[in-house]
Amino acid sequence: MSETRNTVIRNGRLIDPSVGSEQLGDLYLADGKIVGVGSAPAGFVAELEIDATGLVVAPGLVDLCARLREPGFEYKATLPSEMAAAVAGGVTSIVCPPDTDPPLDEPGLVMNLRARARKHDLARLYPVGALTVGLKGKEITEMAQLREAGCVAFSQGDVPIADLQVLYRAMQYAATFGFELRLRPEEASLVNDGVAHDGEYASRLGLTGIPVIAETLAIAQIVQLMRATGCRVHITRLSSADGIALVRTAKHEGLPLTCDVDMNHIHLADVDIGFFNSQYRFDPPLRSVRDRDAIAAALVDGTIDAICSDHSPVDDDGKLLPFAEAERGATGLELLLPLTLAWARRNKVALPQALAKISSFPASKLGFTAALTVGSRADLLVFDAEESWRVTPQALRSQGKNTPFAGMEMQGRARYTLVKGKLVYQAEQG
Amino acid sequence: MLNPQLNSQGELIHLLTTEGLPKRILNQILDRAAEYIAAGDAGTKKFAALTGRSVFNLFFENSTRTRTTFEIAAKRLSADVTSLNIQASSTAKGETLLDTIHNLEAMGADLFVVRHAQSGAPYLIAEHVQPGIAVVNAGDGRHAHPTQALLDMYTIRHFKGDFTQLRVAIVGDVLHSRVARSDIHALSTLGCPEIRVIAPKTLLPVGIESLGVHVYHDMASGLKDVDVVIMLRLQNERMSGAFLPSTQEFFKHYGLTPEKLALASPDAIVMHPGPMNRGVEIDSAVADGARAVILPQVTFGIAVRMAVMAIVSENQRGAQA
Repeated sequence: MSETRNTVIRNGRLIDPSVGSEQLGDLYLADGKIVGVGSAPAGFVAELEIDATGLVVAPGLVDLCARLREPGFEYKATLPSEMAAAVAGGVTSIVCPPDTDPPLDEPGLVMNLRARARKHDLARLYPVGALTVGLKGKEITEMAQLREAGCVAFSQGDVPIADLQVLYRAMQYAATFGFELRLRPEEASLVNDGVAHDGEYASRLGLTGIPVIAETLAIAQIVQLMRATGCRVHITRLSSADGIALVRTAKHEGLPLTCDVDMNHIHLADVDIGFFNSQYRFDPPLRSVRDRDAIAAALVDGTIDAICSDHSPVDDDGKLLPFAEAERGATGLELLLPLTLAWARRNKVALPQALAKISSFPASKLGFTAALTVGSRADLLVFDAEESWRVTPQALRSQGKNTPFAGMEMQGRARYTLVKGKLVYQAEQG
Repeated sequence: MLNPQLNSQGELIHLLTTEGLPKRILNQILDRAAEYIAAGDAGTKKFAALTGRSVFNLFFENSTRTRTTFEIAAKRLSADVTSLNIQASSTAKGETLLDTIHNLEAMGADLFVVRHAQSGAPYLIAEHVQPGIAVVNAGDGRHAHPTQALLDMYTIRHFKGDFTQLRVAIVGDVLHSRVARSDIHALSTLGCPEIRVIAPKTLLPVGIESLGVHVYHDMASGLKDVDVVIMLRLQNERMSGAFLPSTQEFFKHYGLTPEKLALASPDAIVMHPGPMNRGVEIDSAVADGARAVILPQVTFGIAVRMAVMAIVSENQRGAQA
């Protein structure tokens, strides 16, 4: 890995998703920033040249939900392994949820994690703080101090708050300071021991179902609480057509509501579970083909603002179990780009608009602009939009090798990743 | 999708579900069972099919009846039988399911009979056993209980002959029933033109119609003119709470009494997978009555399980040779 050097990226297809523009040309970087687009600033001497002929140059990806498993689950993954995976996938900023062990409910834990991330100095890390102490859903955390420690928002991870009084107070408190909550909409009492979408396929397999109303009722509650408190909310990992419809209505009303979906739910549905394949065990569950198609369409029409990887490294022991006992989730950081491009191709979405879902929009949630303009961060991704490659679990850098996309053909792959103007990843030339 | 219970020649190497099982295989099993029954009637109870083979009955969920019938069936085929009751809690705390399986493989297992509380557990085992080892599903979660379905089919064939003229009603807790699902698939494949399920909405799975059944919520219309009534066992833990208010109310509406049975075809038979809850899903007058074929089901069950174990072993051995 190299230190920050004056760098020129030559002859690339420069795509700026923040304004939807595209042009051919050179990009000049110095001191961690973009210092020239098209032409070099006066006196610029390049110390490193990257030839981007035939390649796309775009802001680095911003993943709104990726579990790095530290602290507490280092047997599944570690910061070094997952940050290496991130930059290999072109992800330069990672937002990690607080569902670690212990959960990120104290400023000291957050500062520790950030210090460790800085030491490895690959991707940037943005922790989300726990909304309640121990994620137990009873007492709210010291949000203002967690913010000072570096938390960008507050969340329960995947642990729902059973007591609406607590959620109400948490939203009032967060609204006092203008903090944003990240909530995964799920009414726990309707989930129970459910493990799959409550539809024909789960009925056939005899898997306990999680009904769509578990999501819609939770969204309805969140929307009512937003009206009552004025709290800003980002709903994460929507799974159903009915849930999307509720979000669409709330956004039309003008509520400060944004949302994302994870990349798996754009491409997969309950029928893909096949004969109890635990690679397809997700929370929320993979829903019907109709829901999957509604997700893809809502990304096109803008109801869904962003795509996250929901990166969850799981070891083999967590997957080699009966479906209901298997651990949820899949590795994702290295697949976020190709799976977003696959959605874009299938739905005839232009590259700048597709990249906005995984860079400029999520960056706006973190308070910076992911753009190719002079003065912007030199967090960049240079990728081949056409390169085909097969997902080989053992070749993934993530410590989690489990993914339902193993063996599948992908199109689009990072060639170079730069963070703060520094080259942190370069693909081996095959 | 590749069906993991068939080999590349389309032969049965594991029995995991009746779904997607071709009619020729269903009939092959039923015909083989008929041979065992005929031989038994003629005085032959012991067969050499599994001589020198080790059968492990792995019951991760409690069962006396099914385990016993599998034991008897394996012994009649001259197998060496070991039965293990493995409490779910002990595996949850230590050894995983696949650890257990690999240990028993190392002890020379040839055939696993598996009952597990989780739907799909036998698939996981079948996917990971050494080549040549067969897996027979003895009930997994709510998913499947294929040998029960096969013995039900044997019973229906024995008493009714032809499936293509029959109306069959399955009554009770379909939601939690692996028997109901396996019966529905087997009946469909064997050509039964009208399969009904009768239950309150709390005890029916979402989209059950997609399995090709007609849904009824009352016995009066559901039982009308049916030729076969399959009663399902109501598990104790479902007898009160959010699924049902009480056993009394369930019995009043869905319990099979002589009066309700009178709505069915005059020669209708009554089946039950056992163990029965008298006065909950079935009245004693029906359970002990002339139309009940519940004890013949048990007898046929042994022959059907012999047939299944013999066939999968032959096909596994054929593949090894």
